[in-house]
Amino acid sequence: MKKMKKKRFERRHLMEFFVKSIMQTALLIVAGALGLILWAVITRGLPSLTWDMVSQVPQGGYYMGKEGGILNAIIGSIYLAAGGTLLAMLLSLPIALYLKTYLGDSKWGECVRLSLDVLWGIPSIVYGAFGFALMLTLGMRASLLAGVVTLALVEFPIMTRAMDEVIRRMPADLEQAALALGSTRFEVALHVVARQTLPGITTAILLAFGRGIGDAASVLFTAGYTDRIVTSPMRPTASLPLAVFFQLGSPYPEVRERGYAAALILTVIVLLVSFGSRWLSARLAKYTIK
Amino acid sequence: MSEVNSTFIAQESRKGEGRGSRPSAAFRARQDKAARRAFLVVTILPILLILVVAAALFARAWPILSAYGLPSLLFGKVWKPNNGQFGFLPFILGTVWVTLVGALLSVPACLLAAVYLAEYAHSRTRAMTKPILDVLAAIPPVVYGAWGLIAIVPFVDEVLAPLCDRWLGFIPLFAVNQPTGFGILAGGIVLAVMVAPLIISVAFEVFSTVPNDLRHASLAVGATQWQTIRNIVLPQAKPGIIAAIVLAASRAFGETVAVLMVVGNVPNIPTSIFDSAYPLPALIANNYGEMMSIPLYDAALLSAALVLLAVILIFNILSTLVLQRVLRRK
Amino acid sequence: METHIQVKNLNAYYGRQQVLRNINVEIPRKQITVIMGPSGCGKTTLLKTFNRFFELNEEARLTGEVLVDGQNIYGRDVDVTEVRKCVGLLAQRPSPLPMSIYDNVVYGMHIHKMKKDRKEYKAAVRHYLEIAGLWEEVQNRLHDPAASLSIGQQQRLCLARGLAVEPEIILGDEPTSALDPISSQNIESRLLELKRQYTTVIVTHTLRQAKRLADSVIYMYMGEVVEAGPAKEVFGNPQHERTKQYLEGLF
Repeated sequence: MKKMKKKRFERRHLMEFFVKSIMQTALLIVAGALGLILWAVITRGLPSLTWDMVSQVPQGGYYMGKEGGILNAIIGSIYLAAGGTLLAMLLSLPIALYLKTYLGDSKWGECVRLSLDVLWGIPSIVYGAFGFALMLTLGMRASLLAGVVTLALVEFPIMTRAMDEVIRRMPADLEQAALALGSTRFEVALHVVARQTLPGITTAILLAFGRGIGDAASVLFTAGYTDRIVTSPMRPTASLPLAVFFQLGSPYPEVRERGYAAALILTVIVLLVSFGSRWLSARLAKYTIK
Repeated sequence: MSEVNSTFIAQESRKGEGRGSRPSAAFRARQDKAARRAFLVVTILPILLILVVAAALFARAWPILSAYGLPSLLFGKVWKPNNGQFGFLPFILGTVWVTLVGALLSVPACLLAAVYLAEYAHSRTRAMTKPILDVLAAIPPVVYGAWGLIAIVPFVDEVLAPLCDRWLGFIPLFAVNQPTGFGILAGGIVLAVMVAPLIISVAFEVFSTVPNDLRHASLAVGATQWQTIRNIVLPQAKPGIIAAIVLAASRAFGETVAVLMVVGNVPNIPTSIFDSAYPLPALIANNYGEMMSIPLYDAALLSAALVLLAVILIFNILSTLVLQRVLRRK
Repeated sequence: METHIQVKNLNAYYGRQQVLRNINVEIPRKQITVIMGPSGCGKTTLLKTFNRFFELNEEARLTGEVLVDGQNIYGRDVDVTEVRKCVGLLAQRPSPLPMSIYDNVVYGMHIHKMKKDRKEYKAAVRHYLEIAGLWEEVQNRLHDPAASLSIGQQQRLCLARGLAVEPEIILGDEPTSALDPISSQNIESRLLELKRQYTTVIVTHTLRQAKRLADSVIYMYMGEVVEAGPAKEVFGNPQHERTKQYLEGLF
């Protein structure tokens, strides 16, 4: 038989080596981009990050470099994102459960999924403009409530699709077993599916919360901005992404530096939510059948 | 199905009386029916919402659409709201330029990375990559914008622009007309990183729908792995990959804040990747404050949002339909 | 009788689980060797070590040697693709590539740049389709997609595709298990014809097929070779209790 010696310098083997190296480089570049982003935001934001930043509201002259912080924006953002997430849950949970227990992979189910994916793809600036158009029509002004509603629109397709994905991965025999034991479909949805997929649902909710807290374009028109901590849903509120955005647009260098610090705060919050959801779903997963 | 079940339960629960607190079978059947109806209404909401968003924007945009007509808005080159001139062309072209540059930078690297993850990588590498992509996807646009200001704009200004000016300056596409760093290239780089997790994860899913039998058939006749990928996997994955790219492009098309922070925002028709541009979403975002004082200004901005929505809906629906079909094969 | 493949002290693992234990067998040249045994006994794994498909699983690990014509195919300097070119595989389910019938047969030849021009390729396609007994049926629709063939025809196409790269050894991993009886018979008679030119190793779980095809038999149980030798001896006078029980259908 012919010798099967490797001809290292044969064209196709060189090609294999070459292509594989390029692919590894590409993956490293993408992964490296994350490192670059975090490094840039941390090194630039850390020097101006003070306790005042997170414990004070803007004082007089804050936007010209005087004292104060962005507590108003942090609290506003938490209200906005929490409100938006709660509102989105009211829509998402029933849709995701209905998709699983009643629709499955039927035509109508696919149609609902398609519309959710399309909603997911609509940029938040369009939701913002939509919210603004509604406010114009209703004669409303920018307020926490309007921001919450708009954010809920941004968040709910993300949340629903994420829930749908985990719920769909649930073993079918578990549902069958529950049905065979004499549960109605509604009870299956409520008790079996909901409980079994709790970790996935939690992840989906936190994913949407993270998206909501970082979104600027949708709250730009609808929630407004104010230096005071919001007290009523009918009043405008500041938000963290807009605090970053406005301060980075300032002509004063001190204000810009604090904008970077605000970006760092926002990044930390988002990362905490992201890792938190990972940790939480791993903990909750103990009670589910794999 | 549910009715059959509940009659079955009715008999069962009579036998099992004494367990007490369970609700009656009739109640449970009614509950099931009511739930089914309520649920059905809820599932109509997503579709309804798309229509409502489009309708609301259209209604508010109608004053200017009826006064100027869509073509003169879309192809008008002058944007002077004070004179009643509302031409979207510079903004539309700005969006297209930034999206194209972003896609050109992102797509090759992301596809290579996705092929690597799907075809070569050890499962440990895959497991390590996933959280990285998740975090990249979770970082808010405004932070991407901040990163653009910290790193990308200076990088373009101090490194890329001088380099291109020196070696490629004679090509109009690479001419450095206003050396600030802010411009299409900076926006494109930021966008490229922003859409990377989306492209990689969708492309990875698409590659994993290609059956292993086909890979093995090719390897069995002595093809190398790359030959197998190029001859078998890539052609099979092509529709899904194109859909993934279109999806990512539509995401880039609508990205607002991150791009707006680094792209310069000058309403000119760009000719070079170093030129400033003024994308459509940035136009909407930047002018919300003043829009009430000038006649038709709000209608103009909302019709800009409508144009954005229309383009993205088309892109999105097409790519999602293809992806739904491709990914169901699994 | 001359040995073509010699397996020496072969141990194979998936992760921590050992799937092949200290295998030592010899496979004769230009005969059909059938590997049989109850499911999960490692017969497919053993077959896959012959064309180095075993290592496609990332958990797979292996010690020992597989010598083809005295050359260890797991040696350091061996080119996997050359091994696979030399050792063809007929899979359990027919796996036509998503292209035309013609392109399926040409695929491997193109990969190895085996012919000079179109004319030679055309002639080769005809030749191998004839060997696989498919030419008559497809000569007028060579450019139809391979998926349009019946499943039995697809398996013969896969045979032609494998033979086209001029291997010396054909492996068959239960190559008829997905087919109807008539197609199975067709494939079996192809294999019997081909054994004059190729060393053939077939995994099967049907005893009757083993008896129809085998010149030589390897019986495996729980990852070990229990008995191996010429078919007449193993079927006629099994030495081991396990083999006897299996042949009597007690499994």
